[in-house]
Amino acid sequence: MSLLELDSVSVFYGQTQALHEISLVVEPGEIVCLLGGNASGKSTTMKTILGLITPRSGEIRLAGERVTRSAPAARIRRGLASVPEARRVFPEMSVEDNLLTGAFTRRTGIRAELASVYESFPRLAERRRQPAGTLSGGEQQMLAFGRALMSAPTLICMDEPTMGLAPIFVDRVLDLIAALNRDRGLAVLMVEQNAELALSIAHRGYVLNTGHLVLDGPAPSLIDNPAIRTAYFGA
Amino acid sequence: MTVLEVTGLRRSFAGLRAVDGVSFTVEPGEVVSIIGPNGSGKTTALNLVSGVLRPDSGQVTFQGRDVTGWRPERLAAAGLSRTFQNGRVFGNLTVAENVLIGLTPTLQAARPFSRWRNVPVLRWASLLAETAVALVDPPAVRRELADRQAKVATQLDRFGDRLTPRADLAAHTLSYANRRRTEIARALASGPALLVLDEPTAGMNPAETGEVLEQLLELKAAGQTILLVEHKIDLVMRLSDRVLVLDAGSVIAAGPPEQVRSDPRVIEAYLGKRRPAVRP
Amino acid sequence: MLDTALAGLVNGSSYALLALGLSLIFGVANVINFAHASVFAVGAMSGWWFSVDLDWPLWAVLLGVTAVTGLLGLVINVIAVTPLAKAPPIAALLSTFAVSVVVDNGAQLVFGPETRRFPALLATDNLGLGGLRFGTLDVTILVVAIGLMLVLGWFLRASRYGRAIRAVAQDRDAAAQMGIPLARVQNLAFVIASVLGGVAGVLGGMYLNNISPTVGSTVGMSAFAAATLGGLGSLPGAVAGGLLLGVVEAFGVSWWGGNARTLITFAVLLIVLWVRPSGLFGKRAPLAAEPMTGTFFGAARTVRLRPWQVAVAAVAAYVVPAVALDDYTVQIGVQVVVYAILALSLTLVSGQAGQISLGQAAPLAIGAYTSALLTTATGLDFWLSLPISGVVAAVLSVVLVSPSWRLRGHYVSIATLATGLLVAAAAVNFDWLTNGPSGVSAIPPPTLFGASVSAPLAVYFLDLTILLVVLLLVVRLRRSTLGRIWSAVREDEVAARSSGIAVADYKSLAFGIGGFVAGIGGALFAQQYGYIDPSVFGISVSLLALTIVVLGGLNSPLGAVVGAIVLVGLPEALRMLQETRMLTYGLLLLAVVLFRPQGLMGKVAR
Ligand SMILES: Nc1ncnc2c1ncn2[C@@H]1O[C@H](COP(=O)(O)OP(=O)(O)OP(=O)(O)O)[C@@H](O)[C@H]1O
Ligand SMILES: Nc1ncnc2c1ncn2[C@@H]1O[C@H](COP(=O)(O)OP(=O)(O)OP(=O)(O)O)[C@@H](O)[C@H]1O
Ligand SMILES: [Mg+2]
Ligand SMILES: [Mg+2]
Repeated sequence: MSLLELDSVSVFYGQTQALHEISLVVEPGEIVCLLGGNASGKSTTMKTILGLITPRSGEIRLAGERVTRSAPAARIRRGLASVPEARRVFPEMSVEDNLLTGAFTRRTGIRAELASVYESFPRLAERRRQPAGTLSGGEQQMLAFGRALMSAPTLICMDEPTMGLAPIFVDRVLDLIAALNRDRGLAVLMVEQNAELALSIAHRGYVLNTGHLVLDGPAPSLIDNPAIRTAYFGA
Repeated sequence: MTVLEVTGLRRSFAGLRAVDGVSFTVEPGEVVSIIGPNGSGKTTALNLVSGVLRPDSGQVTFQGRDVTGWRPERLAAAGLSRTFQNGRVFGNLTVAENVLIGLTPTLQAARPFSRWRNVPVLRWASLLAETAVALVDPPAVRRELADRQAKVATQLDRFGDRLTPRADLAAHTLSYANRRRTEIARALASGPALLVLDEPTAGMNPAETGEVLEQLLELKAAGQTILLVEHKIDLVMRLSDRVLVLDAGSVIAAGPPEQVRSDPRVIEAYLGKRRPAVRP
Repeated sequence: MLDTALAGLVNGSSYALLALGLSLIFGVANVINFAHASVFAVGAMSGWWFSVDLDWPLWAVLLGVTAVTGLLGLVINVIAVTPLAKAPPIAALLSTFAVSVVVDNGAQLVFGPETRRFPALLATDNLGLGGLRFGTLDVTILVVAIGLMLVLGWFLRASRYGRAIRAVAQDRDAAAQMGIPLARVQNLAFVIASVLGGVAGVLGGMYLNNISPTVGSTVGMSAFAAATLGGLGSLPGAVAGGLLLGVVEAFGVSWWGGNARTLITFAVLLIVLWVRPSGLFGKRAPLAAEPMTGTFFGAARTVRLRPWQVAVAAVAAYVVPAVALDDYTVQIGVQVVVYAILALSLTLVSGQAGQISLGQAAPLAIGAYTSALLTTATGLDFWLSLPISGVVAAVLSVVLVSPSWRLRGHYVSIATLATGLLVAAAAVNFDWLTNGPSGVSAIPPPTLFGASVSAPLAVYFLDLTILLVVLLLVVRLRRSTLGRIWSAVREDEVAARSSGIAVADYKSLAFGIGGFVAGIGGALFAQQYGYIDPSVFGISVSLLALTIVVLGGLNSPLGAVVGAIVLVGLPEALRMLQETRMLTYGLLLLAVVLFRPQGLMGKVAR
């Protein structure tokens, strides 16, 4: 059974339609990449999956269960986690409290999880008492990622997880995503601007254009697709 | 005359030395980039230069004047405009109005006696005159507005059909990258002597980043002086005349792009080795 | 000396408990909960009922009150706050104000308006320590208060739901993405806060001895001051602020008498904010967080009327009262007009420049007193006094609010609240100038072309004309470059400054022009009644003015007029309801806010 299914989902902002009958699936243990130019509706898709926006029509299923109209909290309890666009850390809470808040839906194993996040991001361990709002942009990005991991999710939705990261950290974050996927079977749906890097760790990809899904397929086929190369690799 | 000269700039937060003795200059027509790992103090340095934060010590000279500790509005009026890392657009104003606000430092007719703005009591004369002018709306002000609106249109056109069709939408309805563009347009509108950009292409894909690179190259060709913070190394290499590398608040390398790029310390601290493909 | 300090501490515990609740709710829902003072009153009244009529012991009284006020808090949240989660925050401020009207007046209906003696459930004078006499009561109050604070502090810091409360406070959307059930967390915060408020009511009732259904209002104001003094959202701050204020008030009252209480409370608050713009314990980030990383509220657009529609309405405003209305109704019309002028001053300050003011009664009072004193004491002509009143009100507005230029967001509101109360308190205390509580009387009516303007219709025409002028002024300002600059200040001060806008200057200007307009309104007000005293310019006037603007649509000048018609006219229209009048008014107000949170003249942004 698929972890996540979107079945011809349409989303509107007032009168304007932002998504046109989007259908996509994420299977267990998969890394799926959502590509698309600016304003193509990537973040809108992510917000719809998380339940921050309710679609006007279509259906969303998590592990086979319909969640089209459930609150975000209900979806998170089903094993979904999110790294939001522009990070959205809790600015006045300490780094550690941010991480613990990420573990809201679970009761056990929190300390161990915390230790493993600190191990992946030593910078966060150094700054565990610092209010998150005063972290640099990249540090906040790491925190947002670590916070999402705290709930031990089965599927993690990331909206531009490497935005604002220095090249060296981009490498690390992508490696980490690949490692989590390999070792824990974590499924990932990610929006990423750096399509070439993202596809290099992904299994499959979808391409959005002005709210329409225009293309999908296995990652290698997308990498080799000349149309994609010109549109998103800038080469 | 040197556009910007920074000497010995320092600022710490609760014991953490975010910027620790940074010095550099920016000459007219030059593009100088600051790169460095996350948390190395780049944004803080820009905040110090643009007056948004006050330095603990050190000096900032802008176009020959000591501007250390100047308030940001005064610096903006003197010709330094900037964008912010996460984007700060005026959400409830339209895209066009956002850019129009960027033209505030150039206001003449709508803002009489603006020289007195920095004089304690006298500045009320200017403020009240501004109010009177706003109420009366004389032809000179209307002409100025029309003129500014034309400038806004030019700025929006710079981004092709990204912003122009959305000119009358509230800025908060824009996608992330378009908000960034709006902000750049706002910063450029007043024709600043120094344009300070903090990660202008964050959230753009390589193709779109290339588009912005072209626009910045055009600006550079037109003689615009730019101070840039950016993580997109290719863009930095193609655009910059000089690159400054920060790590933990201090400059660890500086010089022409190629030289910096091959500096082992920079590779170690910032660039990393090229990712090995982790294809599953 | 020591017993004054002890009395202050004990009284301050009530403030601290209330302030804790305010801070908590403010934190979570980003709402200044005006109904919180009513919760205090309900706590006190139900405590009285349990102990006197039902004869319960103290622990049972406390438990009972906990249940009653906890439930009340839940109801307040579910009815008045949660439905407005997606509306601008100011709408919720308004709805809690409506709830406070409903609860206060409901309590009056249930318990009767009279003041009653709260039984001393504990001894008040049985203990001693080194010459200091006190009772079990004092000890109990202090212990219960401090104990509750410690428990709450631990809960928020270390528990799962405590962290969730803080997370929701800082970024609702992001909190939802962590799997935090927003509705439940907010309910929880309201219940906790209201339980604290109820307990404060019982303890405060025992301490004060006398209670009535409106006992909340004075205590509530001090609690606001305490919460702000300590740093909004900071719980240690709320405690420290409450205790500090209690002690300072106790000494002030023992030196200068009860009249000086408000003056002391709010002068202290202003001074603290001056020195520490985020309160004693509030942390102030060197840079405001970048916007739109939090939940973003699109402001309402304004409903636009066609010019001919406005013209027809204006003509009707002149003609209808002249031909169809009796003197009594016209007098109400005069009030509507004066309030519309006051509200328009806020359209500039709060709607355009984004500085939500809870103290616009201050320039109104200053204008009224200036005009009244000039025309009575020096015999100056009304027409000369009119602009002078405006200018004096403008200058004093700017000077009084100037300490708050460094303040942000809700601190501005509280600072203006303080100035509003200070001005009223000054009018009481500065007898040599204002004639103290007895006020200024026999203010002569204005004359026009040799005729005295005193008939209701004449006054109405005069005021209406001035209203139209002010309306035109505000509309023009909003559409100008200056108006756009104010909008930028409202939207993001950091970005505005970096675009070359001297934010403090433009805030001053907005308060100055707003003060001028309100001052003119004040002068008209004085002449219209022929008599003014400090009680006319209380906090309720400031709140009413803001309510009018929010109800009409913060961003709509015509909305201010429509809001004034509804909110000033409605209570008059409801007069036949007699004692349920204010209750009905509160309910209607609540209904309107829930139905149109963006204001009557606002459209929701797409
Ligand atoms: N709250 C809103 N109200 C109205 N329109 C909106 C709103 N949010 C997004 N939109 C519009 O929906 C479209 C898709 O936006 P979205 O944020 O999903 O794009 P995106 O693909 O994530 O772009 P980016 O790469 O810039 O982040 C855009 O045209 C945007 O202007
Ligand atoms: N107000 C503050 N309080 C405490 N620490 C701060 C504050 N502002 C910045 N810092 C710290 O100072 C350091 C430098 O931050 P800065 O934002 O300048 O980094 P940056 O180089 O721009 O990084 P990035 O590329 O991730 O944006 C960071 O470690 C950050 O956590
Ligand atoms: Mg996006
Ligand atoms: Mg930065």
